[in-house]
Amino acid sequence: MVLKIFFPQCCNKADSGLLVGRWIPGQNSAVVLAVIHYPFIPGQVKQYIHQMRGQSGVDLTVLGSWSMPKEGQEGMESFLRDLSTIFPQGQWLQLSREMGKIGFRCHVLTRDPNGKLIQQEKELKEDGGGEKGGTKRGGGEKKGEENKVEGEEGGGEKDKVIFIHYEQRKVMLSQLHPIDNGVPDPQTESQLPQVFGTVCQSEPLFFLDKYDDGPVKMTHWQSEGREGSIIVELMKQASTPVCLLTTWMLTLWTSLCSSRILNMRPMRFISSKLSTCVQLSYRTEHLQTVCSPTRATAHNHFMRKANIFVSFFVDVSLGLLLVSWMYRENRIGKLANTLVPAADYVAKELEELLQWLMGAPAGLKMNRALDQVLGRFFLYHIHLWISYIHLMSPFVEMILWYVGLSACLGLTFALSLLSDITALLTFHIYCFYVYGARLYCMTVYGLSSLWRLFRGKKWNVLRQRVDSCSYDLDQLFIGTLLFTILLFLLPTTALYYLVFTLLRLVVVMFQGVLHLSVDFINSFPLFAMGLRLFRSYRLAEGVKFRVLCEEPGTPLHLMMDINPLKVSSVVQTYRTPTYSCYPKDSWLALCKKLFLGELIYPWRHKTTKID
Amino acid sequence: MQNGDQHYSMEDETYTDIDGKAISLECQSHSGFCREFTVSSAKVSIGRVMAYTCAVWLSAYIIFFVTENTAVLSSAIIITLVGMMVRIHFVKVDHETLLIIGSLGVQVSSSYASGRESTDFIEMGKIKDIVINEAIHMQTVIYYLCILLKDPSDPEAVSSVVPLFQSSKPRLNCLVKVYKSCQEILAKC
Repeated sequence: MVLKIFFPQCCNKADSGLLVGRWIPGQNSAVVLAVIHYPFIPGQVKQYIHQMRGQSGVDLTVLGSWSMPKEGQEGMESFLRDLSTIFPQGQWLQLSREMGKIGFRCHVLTRDPNGKLIQQEKELKEDGGGEKGGTKRGGGEKKGEENKVEGEEGGGEKDKVIFIHYEQRKVMLSQLHPIDNGVPDPQTESQLPQVFGTVCQSEPLFFLDKYDDGPVKMTHWQSEGREGSIIVELMKQASTPVCLLTTWMLTLWTSLCSSRILNMRPMRFISSKLSTCVQLSYRTEHLQTVCSPTRATAHNHFMRKANIFVSFFVDVSLGLLLVSWMYRENRIGKLANTLVPAADYVAKELEELLQWLMGAPAGLKMNRALDQVLGRFFLYHIHLWISYIHLMSPFVEMILWYVGLSACLGLTFALSLLSDITALLTFHIYCFYVYGARLYCMTVYGLSSLWRLFRGKKWNVLRQRVDSCSYDLDQLFIGTLLFTILLFLLPTTALYYLVFTLLRLVVVMFQGVLHLSVDFINSFPLFAMGLRLFRSYRLAEGVKFRVLCEEPGTPLHLMMDINPLKVSSVVQTYRTPTYSCYPKDSWLALCKKLFLGELIYPWRHKTTKID
Repeated sequence: MQNGDQHYSMEDETYTDIDGKAISLECQSHSGFCREFTVSSAKVSIGRVMAYTCAVWLSAYIIFFVTENTAVLSSAIIITLVGMMVRIHFVKVDHETLLIIGSLGVQVSSSYASGRESTDFIEMGKIKDIVINEAIHMQTVIYYLCILLKDPSDPEAVSSVVPLFQSSKPRLNCLVKVYKSCQEILAKC
């Protein structure tokens, strides 16, 4: 197999020294993490690596030596080869680079089973059109012994080397998707997750920079000094007490909400119907997740917390903007003053509609008596409703003023409030719909049952099927009479049902739009989207390779870039789970229910969250 | 050679795609086990663009002449611009590249007319084989090159198929050339 060496870009110009990294088992690859410079004491290096191995959990070893000789530093070759005896390894890599040239060279020394060191030449020559295995080139041989490994023919197999350059900081910060939640088996795991995992877990190795007075001097991505920012550090210090305070307040609030007074049957029913209360409980849960004092270790957990925090922040700021706009120039007062006239207008329109139905609507001829009964009944209902509204009208402005302040908690609260106000103001439409639907439903069921009687059949409840049945004469007589009556009254009830169902559906559509937008604001992962747009290397779908221009006689050099995650996958992976507002029935089931007159609740909130 | 690559451009044969339009194949050999194949389709033709634009604007002018509504003209302009942008950024593929690196993996990338590149890398451990398959496409039977991926649970089964060169759709002679090169590399590592 080809030997693959992952080399960090920051070490391209490093001074000569030892390579520290990890061998990936089973893949014949090595990941170089840092370069330790001369002068060093081998004992201290070994101790340091042992310490780092314990801290990071990564299997760090000395991989080999790196030489980039400057002027006056000749004769390093034998010194570097002698180092391999101090650090006993299975394979010892000797990477070298000359000043002014771009390509690296690599020698690999292997230890045979007897413990003797054999140099195996693993250098790639300019290969031209194909591999003519086993032939030696004449003039271009590298200096060094041509000792062959036992068991190979003369000339030896020319094993190959690939250098893969990677940018250490980006690979360390990035997260490979799809995220594996379990502990993967190191033998079967594929190469790239292992590389990413190695660099990510070696963070303790990158703490020492070249200004530190430690036992070893290293080069890695942070060797010019550790980066930091005062604001970030201050916020980190301040976050713990703030989190503790918020958690305490939230526990107080939740214990208050679950107290016995507020948990009685009617209160619980009302609070489950009002979307503002639902949204409130939902946001409380969110805040509890965000403000938990434990640090988030797993990537998923961290992203969830960050997404909730950012969307809550955006929500609250939009809400505050809305409140400041509405309360300036007393717009809320004007809104309250238009609320009662709007309700009056709706009631007047409904009255006109009923008068039209009581006449000859669209040229249809209704049953006069039933028409008048239903029409008067609904008219009286509207009259009652308008009286109640007028009773409440002096208090409306004050109530709206105080309730509107709750929009400070967020734009989602303002939208839920709007939805609730609509529901309360159109309560009479809902009542009419229920009356009309029940009447129509009874008519339809009665008709179907009497139609069966008309044909001499009966519904068998035990067997859930239609059976034949012999009726008495008086049963047949009454049944046929009732059937005729219901059949001729059907158009009237059907028309009332149709009209009120349409009105109800309009209201439901409006509420549905509001709920969908609330759901969208709740669940959209703003932090993940921002990360994808501005720091796209942090969410990686995979990698991209680019062939770097080479010089003849050097191995293949590739540049590994990070392939960022697609925008649709970002939304899908990091969506905050919500009580999803979705259509409960399919279109066909909905039409069937409408036809039979069953009550429909097209938008149903699930009480449990779905992922 | 000045650098380590070798280029093979069009030799005696000219390649076409399944509709008969001319395409070109470029093979680049970076090393003994790393090769890159680029199939380029025809570029955006200025004649067609002008023809479409003129047709749309002419019809917009006629409608404006009839209805005296200026919104028709501005909407025609906006539609033309947006349509053109969408087409060169999302639809029109300029060239497709296959980079095969022995014992590392295969990288497939499509480059669109606006310069956008969409890349996908498949590790060698997941690749079972690269083969030429037949498919029924509308009323014809065509050949296409594809990568067979291994099923993680069953090493002998094929879990999915990744078709290559989907936009340029080269014909069998071009595919055979690419196939032979790829098989050489897969056999070595």
